[in-house]
Amino acid sequence: MSVKLDSRVPHGPIEKLWDQARFEMKLVNPANKRKHTIIVVGSGLAGGSGAATLAELGYNVQCFCFQDSPRRAHSIAAQGGINAAKNYQNDGDSVFRLFYDTVKGGDFRSREANVYRLAQISVNIIDQCVAQGVPFAREYGGTLANRSFGGAQVSRTFYARGQTGQQLLLGAYQALERQVHAGRVTMYPRTEMLDLVVIDGRARGIVTRDLVTGNIESHVADAVVLGTGGYGNVYYLSTNAKGSNCTAIWRSYKKGAAFANPCFTQIHPTCIPVSGDYQSKLTLMSESLRNDGRIWVPKKKDDKRPPAQIPEDQRDYYLERRYPSFGNLVPRDVASRNAKAVCDEGRGVGETCLGVYLDFADAIDRLGMHVIRERYGNLFDMYQRITDEDPYQVPMRIYPAIHYTMGGLWVDYNLMSTIPGLFVIGEANFSDHGANRLGASALMQGLSDGYFILPYTLGDYIANAKLEKVDAGHREFTRAEACVREMTKHLLSIKGKRTVDSFHRELGRIVWDYCGMSRNAQGLEHAIEEIGTLREEYWRNVNVAGSADDLNQSLEKAGRVADFFELAELMCLDALDRNESCGGHFREEYQTPDGEAQRDDEHFSYVGAWEFQGEAAAPALHKEPLTFEYVHPSQRSYK
Amino acid sequence: MRLTLHVWRQKNAADKGRMVSYQAPDVNPDMSMLELLDVLNEGLILNGEEPIAFEHDCREGICGSCGFMINGIAHGPLPATTVCQLTMRHFSDGEHLYLEPWRAKAFPVIKDLVVDRGAFDRIIAAGGYIGVPAGSAPDGNAIPIPKEHADRAMDAAACIGCGACVAACPNAAAALFTAAKISHLGLLPQGQPERHERALHMIARYNLEGFGGCTNIGECEAVCPKEIRLEVIGRMNCDYIAASWRRRPASNSGE
Repeated sequence: MSVKLDSRVPHGPIEKLWDQARFEMKLVNPANKRKHTIIVVGSGLAGGSGAATLAELGYNVQCFCFQDSPRRAHSIAAQGGINAAKNYQNDGDSVFRLFYDTVKGGDFRSREANVYRLAQISVNIIDQCVAQGVPFAREYGGTLANRSFGGAQVSRTFYARGQTGQQLLLGAYQALERQVHAGRVTMYPRTEMLDLVVIDGRARGIVTRDLVTGNIESHVADAVVLGTGGYGNVYYLSTNAKGSNCTAIWRSYKKGAAFANPCFTQIHPTCIPVSGDYQSKLTLMSESLRNDGRIWVPKKKDDKRPPAQIPEDQRDYYLERRYPSFGNLVPRDVASRNAKAVCDEGRGVGETCLGVYLDFADAIDRLGMHVIRERYGNLFDMYQRITDEDPYQVPMRIYPAIHYTMGGLWVDYNLMSTIPGLFVIGEANFSDHGANRLGASALMQGLSDGYFILPYTLGDYIANAKLEKVDAGHREFTRAEACVREMTKHLLSIKGKRTVDSFHRELGRIVWDYCGMSRNAQGLEHAIEEIGTLREEYWRNVNVAGSADDLNQSLEKAGRVADFFELAELMCLDALDRNESCGGHFREEYQTPDGEAQRDDEHFSYVGAWEFQGEAAAPALHKEPLTFEYVHPSQRSYK
Repeated sequence: MRLTLHVWRQKNAADKGRMVSYQAPDVNPDMSMLELLDVLNEGLILNGEEPIAFEHDCREGICGSCGFMINGIAHGPLPATTVCQLTMRHFSDGEHLYLEPWRAKAFPVIKDLVVDRGAFDRIIAAGGYIGVPAGSAPDGNAIPIPKEHADRAMDAAACIGCGACVAACPNAAAALFTAAKISHLGLLPQGQPERHERALHMIARYNLEGFGGCTNIGECEAVCPKEIRLEVIGRMNCDYIAASWRRRPASNSGE
């Protein structure tokens, strides 16, 4: 089997491509739609909106999530906002500008046609969400409010306090529940996908474990959609929810779906620093704080004075100094790398010296306490709850943390993976953000895929595919079920001396140290070796408590961590292959004289898509060349 | 610091369940309640015992997965805080903590501290939405919404569906949860067409699920981690009464 990467981008002027593609798509007769069963795995912004919309069109949808309710999906935690090229502020925004910013922000490693479509659809998303009752922030005149966010020089971000993701997700969740009530969606909460079933080269269903009873079950469909999110938890400590995992996409990769750009991971610059060994996750402080907060560290090394005692002339507002035109609003990758650099120089603050100040004193002087409270009150409260420090009085301490993964399963323009009938949407796919995602773009992509792209492209697949009837008794289903049972049994039988979490923590440490904010060839080779050794120990020495036939959270984790091990290796391999720096992938060997990421467009202007070749063999790398007709690659400069 | 935990252990819905005591001799005041359980569980696993099952996901107070009673208070003693963000510095050395699952007929226990809150989803499915299929929306600024209304709607929409309100209520009522959604949507112009149907259907489902009636005690508001205010229940009652009145059979219909 060999993977062919055909992006299926239509030809023509970029602003017409999506219209043209939609017109060329075949339609499914409305009366026939209910005869087609579609499986949607994941119920976040992408999966939830996709499942609801497919059901509205009349398909028979089965939607799966591992949480107790679809409303818990991790999209709910997104704080800052969602971009849209509405230009309500009359400040020069347009579809083309959002497209341009996103391609440039992604450091020229995304597909132009996809990004343009995303920018076009952004305006429909806002309309849809307002109509659903999403309580976006408003001006006194009753119109929608906007703010500038994450490196954008126009105000195009729509928000609902610091809970934008929650409100958008509840909109999608409510639309989904409406379809559950109508009988067009069957919801399977507390159910985890453990394998993809491919029959005659097409995705035809999944095998799941009921997390309460432990039952392994097969589900047959005409197409499978994965909206299962990113794999940031490979680092153990991340801003992701504890349950977020790569199992659905990883096991699909092992069934033939190519995995693209796994090394493109995003480190978010503003998180609360790590405080101890017991720490289970990192908490994000919305990027919107950088609109009013000023980032600084002491000029002197090892300066242990409390911040208030460090006079103005002994502070280094390093982002404002290095990037005068963007200042504290430089994109995430740049802000994160600079924080690491000043800490590496020994100028970090806080007990661990892995932190920088985010200071609101000037903003409070200029705007007044009440304005800051209105803008960021809930974030300040959260910070105080966690750290026991009052950010109205002392500067926040922040440090970068893993937040988002740009890599994911490779998809074509129609969001279909290299396995026909397997669609991948939202963070789970690789498209749109290139090597670095801009703030407030993840929500936009998830909803764009789910509400407005998938419903068309999936219909085209169904209309064209001639699908044989299969049932759960097919040998591919029984074989997949047997594999899942075998793995479960195996994990429970090892009864070693270390817990799943202890392995996960150690794995995370390796990936963070060698495939995190900066990477080099030697370190990556070392990491691959260490991951291999640890993985070998895992299968010999892990202790998974409990049994297979009831609610067993250690068992759930054990399967997910097994997949993280394998993915971690592929990430390092991909990072090693990409001998350039771009976006979130910073290779120390490739930097400009002033320490910025140095791309190599001549050799690396491609999507690196890896094909699984068997447990014992090395994966094969396939390249989708990227061409830029509208936004010409340039050295990203925020100076 | 040192703490003693007394935790409800129940193998499954059929098991009777019991309190089991555990020592936590080395508690870091900066860790969260859930991180303390993580550490305790690591020890249990290595001892060959089953870890304590508890629900959690985002661990930043927004997903609504986590929650249990600590010394009889839903989510513990700190106002406006879910157990995932409740740091141990709020307890004192030597304290005994009693951890129990939400107790309500409509929330059957699945295991240990995990309960089934599916009833909440079914209440939303009964009418907690605005029926607007993808693609049919007018421009976002077509209908201006006074800031005050948008803000109030947002206050109600902040509900995370954790179930603390039900657990705290002596009647095991889900009034705060249901009313928060009815208020959120009812305060917006987009929510008007279905406003009355919504109240009737959601409350019919509420009754079917076996939640108790609201007697305005206010325990729910006191424990709500998102500080949803009791006034939403008043709004729900208004909508429900108005809807029942409008939907009454016409006098000459012969019904």
